[in-house]
Amino acid sequence: MRWLALRTVTVVGCIAALAVVSKLLSANLDTYVFLVVIQCGVAMTLAGSLNLINGITGQFSIGHAGFYAVGAYVGAAWTVLWQPIAVRYLPLLHLGTPLGDTLTLLIAIVVGAAAAAVAGVVVGLPSLRLRGDYLAIVTLGFGEVIRVVILNIDAVGGARGLTGIPTLVGSGDLAFFWVFGLVVAVVALSRNLMRTTRGLTWLAVREDEIAADAMGVDTTRVKVTAFVVGSAFAGVAGVLYAHYFTSISPDVFGMDMSIIITTMVVLGGTGSVSGSLLAAIVLTALPEFLRFMQDYRMVIFSTMLVVVMLTRPQGMFGHGEISFATFRRLLGRRRAGGAKP
Amino acid sequence: MSLLELRGVTRRFGGLAAVSDITAHVDTGELVGLIGPNGAGKTTLFNLLTGVYAPSEGAVLFDGKDTRGLRPCRIAALGIARTFQNIRLFRELTALQNVKVAVNLRARSSLFSAMVDTMAQRADDARLDGLARECLTAMGLEQVADTRSCDLPYGLQRRLEISRALATRPRLLLLDEPAAGMNPFEKQDLMQLIRTIQTTFDVTVLLIEHDMKVVMGICERIYVLDYGQLIAEGAPAEIRANPKVIAAYLGEETD
Repeated sequence: MRWLALRTVTVVGCIAALAVVSKLLSANLDTYVFLVVIQCGVAMTLAGSLNLINGITGQFSIGHAGFYAVGAYVGAAWTVLWQPIAVRYLPLLHLGTPLGDTLTLLIAIVVGAAAAAVAGVVVGLPSLRLRGDYLAIVTLGFGEVIRVVILNIDAVGGARGLTGIPTLVGSGDLAFFWVFGLVVAVVALSRNLMRTTRGLTWLAVREDEIAADAMGVDTTRVKVTAFVVGSAFAGVAGVLYAHYFTSISPDVFGMDMSIIITTMVVLGGTGSVSGSLLAAIVLTALPEFLRFMQDYRMVIFSTMLVVVMLTRPQGMFGHGEISFATFRRLLGRRRAGGAKP
Repeated sequence: MSLLELRGVTRRFGGLAAVSDITAHVDTGELVGLIGPNGAGKTTLFNLLTGVYAPSEGAVLFDGKDTRGLRPCRIAALGIARTFQNIRLFRELTALQNVKVAVNLRARSSLFSAMVDTMAQRADDARLDGLARECLTAMGLEQVADTRSCDLPYGLQRRLEISRALATRPRLLLLDEPAAGMNPFEKQDLMQLIRTIQTTFDVTVLLIEHDMKVVMGICERIYVLDYGQLIAEGAPAEIRANPKVIAAYLGEETD
């Protein structure tokens, strides 16, 4: 019971804190900076979810933008195309009311996540036979197939993209709440999993598949599950992106997006949740803050990437994590140091 | 009835029969040795037993059940665990974590409960932690529980492999050259240890070993494999005197 109480307090506290910060930020931050913050949040979810597949389970997938696209398009399609039909039977869903908006968004999240998860199974299945670079090519191909398919579906705008998606995140002021709520969910889930023996079996698949299999780890199931969970989160990130920016087009979800997400995971340190989150922030915010460099912006950005990879080939954090315990340790060390005469 | 029974097991790779027409059995509680010169097909036989390869012909019966078509993880769940000749630990994980991966076979919780970190999950994890530490202690590894397995000295890595295999709570333990690369004293130590775990964990052991002297010391029964064929079977004393075995190891006498 103590556990239940503690858990309730944590969850409610998290929601309240996110809601308050969301209101504060949207009221006080410059619109442009706020936009970058939201983009960072979306990127963090994408990196965190890919880390489940690439970092923890060791399946080299480089088509993550595909799952992101599936979520964004299916979620947006629900809101734009199917919700107006559904509202006739369920007046509760009327847009413009807080309840209607929230319900519609929640349904969009569910269908987006489900569609992306199905896509995850489709890509996860070949991963049972393919390893390393071969799997990478399949996932890369998958990402492109998704983009081309969307490009050719007229109902969702084809190459023009899908526009006029209603903002269901309270015209921005709740965007932070939803986007970072999702980030918290990805982090909590990854952390919980990594604390259990079940999580260790995922790492075992990364370390040595043959040995894991011989020790009774159902490697097939682990890999497909990693793909399903990872892509479902990418799908939800897509749903939130669509409902914040109100328009999406196929070129947002191209190969370069996939490569950037993969870079975040590798740069952060494969398997490190906190590493990939930090890398997501850096890789999203840095190009924006380097805008004053004008033409040299991307040159400097790429040079920095090369330098980081040369100096820390294992990624910023390696396999390690940065957590509250790390801060406590650092603080403790400083205090111990200060106590000396 | 035998715990493990091989009925005319053959495995071909292209034109080469790596093992051919092996009929053998291991009874519950036995400690059986499998010896033979390099390339005799000993490891291939282990791979056939654990489902890494399917036999081209014949059948492997474990506890009376045909294991054909079962994936290695299913066979592990049935109760066959193994170690690897070329050590295959999860290098980046600690010794304890290595064992925990195997102990997870006995987990009761679901993926969902692992991800939301429920109360039942924590209780189950605590139970598994205890089981894992038990297996470490049995192999004398409790001191290095938190050392990354790739940082362990070679001898301890071999022990950790056995400890990890024990964690699946096997009925049949397959040891692939557990003493490889050890000096004679270490080998004797390890063999004693294997004797001990055989009784404490109530497990049947089939082990591959090159070193005849070592294997003769502890095995109750020995199979000899040469060029994929079973050339002899019997008690250590019989094997030592068997002219076929001597020929396989030392070559035929010519005069």
